[in-house]
Amino acid sequence: MTATRDRNVTGTPFTRGLGVVTLLGIALLVILGLFVSPADVTQGESVRIMYAHVPGAWLAYLAFIVTGISSAAYLWKRTRSLTWDRIAGASAEVGVLFMGISLVTGSLWGRITWGTFWTWDARLTTTAFLFVTYVGYLAVRGLGGSHHQRARRSAVLALLAVLEIPLVHFSVQLWNTLHQEASVAGRGTDVTMDGLMLFSLFLGVIVFTLMYVWLVLHRQRALALQDMVDDTGLDAALAARRAEAVA
Amino acid sequence: MSETRRAFASVRATARLIAVKDLRIERRGRVLTNQVLPFALIVMVMFAFALDSDAVLERVAPGLVWLATLFSTLFVIARSFAVESADGALDQLRTTGAPSAGIFLGKALALMIQLLALVAVLVLAAVVLYRADISWQGGVLLVTTAVAATCGLAAVGTLYGGLSAGAKGRETLLPLLVLPVVAPVLIGATRATESAFGTNGIAVGEGWPWLVLLVVFAVLFSVTGAIAFGSLLDE
Amino acid sequence: MAHDLPVELNDAVAVLGAFPVLAGANLTVQRGEIVLLRGPNGAGKTTLLRLCAGLIELERGHGHVLGLDLSTQRWAVRHRVGLLGHANGLYADLTVTENVAFWGRTVGASDAEIAAAVKRMGLDGRLADVQVSRLSAGQRRRTALASLVARRAELWLLDEPHAGLDATGRDELDDVLRLAARAGATIMVASHELERAGTLATRQVEVVAGQVRELGATS
Repeated sequence: MTATRDRNVTGTPFTRGLGVVTLLGIALLVILGLFVSPADVTQGESVRIMYAHVPGAWLAYLAFIVTGISSAAYLWKRTRSLTWDRIAGASAEVGVLFMGISLVTGSLWGRITWGTFWTWDARLTTTAFLFVTYVGYLAVRGLGGSHHQRARRSAVLALLAVLEIPLVHFSVQLWNTLHQEASVAGRGTDVTMDGLMLFSLFLGVIVFTLMYVWLVLHRQRALALQDMVDDTGLDAALAARRAEAVA
Repeated sequence: MSETRRAFASVRATARLIAVKDLRIERRGRVLTNQVLPFALIVMVMFAFALDSDAVLERVAPGLVWLATLFSTLFVIARSFAVESADGALDQLRTTGAPSAGIFLGKALALMIQLLALVAVLVLAAVVLYRADISWQGGVLLVTTAVAATCGLAAVGTLYGGLSAGAKGRETLLPLLVLPVVAPVLIGATRATESAFGTNGIAVGEGWPWLVLLVVFAVLFSVTGAIAFGSLLDE
Repeated sequence: MAHDLPVELNDAVAVLGAFPVLAGANLTVQRGEIVLLRGPNGAGKTTLLRLCAGLIELERGHGHVLGLDLSTQRWAVRHRVGLLGHANGLYADLTVTENVAFWGRTVGASDAEIAAAVKRMGLDGRLADVQVSRLSAGQRRRTALASLVARRAELWLLDEPHAGLDATGRDELDDVLRLAARAGATIMVASHELERAGTLATRQVEVVAGQVRELGATS
């Protein structure tokens, strides 16, 4: 963990700089996405949803990959540290948030473009399962117990999720190809992209990634502070309990 | 005897001990037969009310069988771990030093046997209530499917049941954790059962690929569960 | 080696949630001792026993049980201790013998050992095949102790073992404990029954506000 100057804040010069860059990037993305870039020939104005939807989905997947890797790092004895656990937790929280956003924006886009909020496409269905799975993961993180208990339990769960996701994806895919007509997703994504549109999308991915790093750094430090409060609370409580024994 | 072989023997002995114990408790307590089974059957009847058409019922019968199984599974898992936490037996199990893989496999095995009995009754109910039809070949597929599917359900159930045993809000946490994971079982078992029932004229042969999915799932979660259970139990 | 002692705690801190139930406990127990833990409710007696059983984490300080480090070998500690807490750890739907046999077999006890354990707690005969759900509190406690005997625990951690037992049951329990100690088991008993436990114990300590005070040996 980067040393924080002041123990009671989560910001450092680096994260402040990162925050400024991220906010500027978001402003630029809004301008490009909503005003400068052209409407799509086939999708019309609704294509603008993509500038938030695609980076959001990307960010969520990135977040869950980070959760998985940090969980493995925690479980591996040589790298065992609660910092990994906090990164896993912070990343999952941000991931769930953005997966929720990308599911909502995705179905809105689907309604406009395909005329339906939802389609039983494998990628979409897996995403929904991923969302529920990580909501469950966060619930388990909140079960209580000591810090290492929480860390071990949630790390095992995160790795089980890594096992679960390909299985769900594969079975949904199999289910789709055998029993339904080809999904609409295949038809919708085949659009030729104008240079500016592609740039906006690319910028979106970069900006969202920066935002992810920014949020996770802060959240991870906030979690560390929370754990620290428990520990300093323990010091005070210990002192009080010892005094009780003397009396 | 080598170290590894001794470890395996110890896992096997523990698994047997636990499975026999769990099944004996079920035989005495009769929670499966007197509570879970009636629940599952009433769900099957409720499906009929909701769908309200013989043709539709016949078409979706396989899915309903497995959906009812899935819901009932949650109760059987909860019961399996309520038995352990009721009088602190889980703490005692932790202190016996019995291999956690053995505890996992034993509990999963007992769960699987109970679920198999449940599925058998529900399939019978589908035949009676939804007019499902099973050929001789379909029967073979159905039995294999039931074995593979209940094995997967039992493995996942034991894993997450152990995780949420004794936790606050376990009643709601368990379904949240289990249901997304067992989606492949629901999909695979339903398709395989459709073939076995010959629903919509699907041939029995089309069911076997789904069985592969079920077997992969069962093996994967049984192995992972046996490895991971210790770190979930060790608290 | 110093770490060969049944129990050795140095400034041990254990927490429940954020509350330090044990606030720097020091305790050394020699093999074959019967140590009585006295002290008011909430002083940390139960937590001390659970810590020694390897069931809760050592938050700070050092601790060894039967030569095993509580910080790193908690799992190994559990195999060799027997904890009888407020809960009996019995399956209500199984009979007395089935319960004792189940716990005994987890460590590979033979049928003879199991039968001996049942008999030693006076549970043979009519009670042996009765379901635990139909037993009185005292009978359940005796079944739990029989399970401990069958499990060949080296360190017995007993939390209010006399509770719920009638006079005969208490005498029987004391006999069992003395016999076990003579056979090499080390016993820690948390109890409010000071008079009774006092005659049983070879040493008494007082747990106050999460710390341990020596009260010296009893005759």
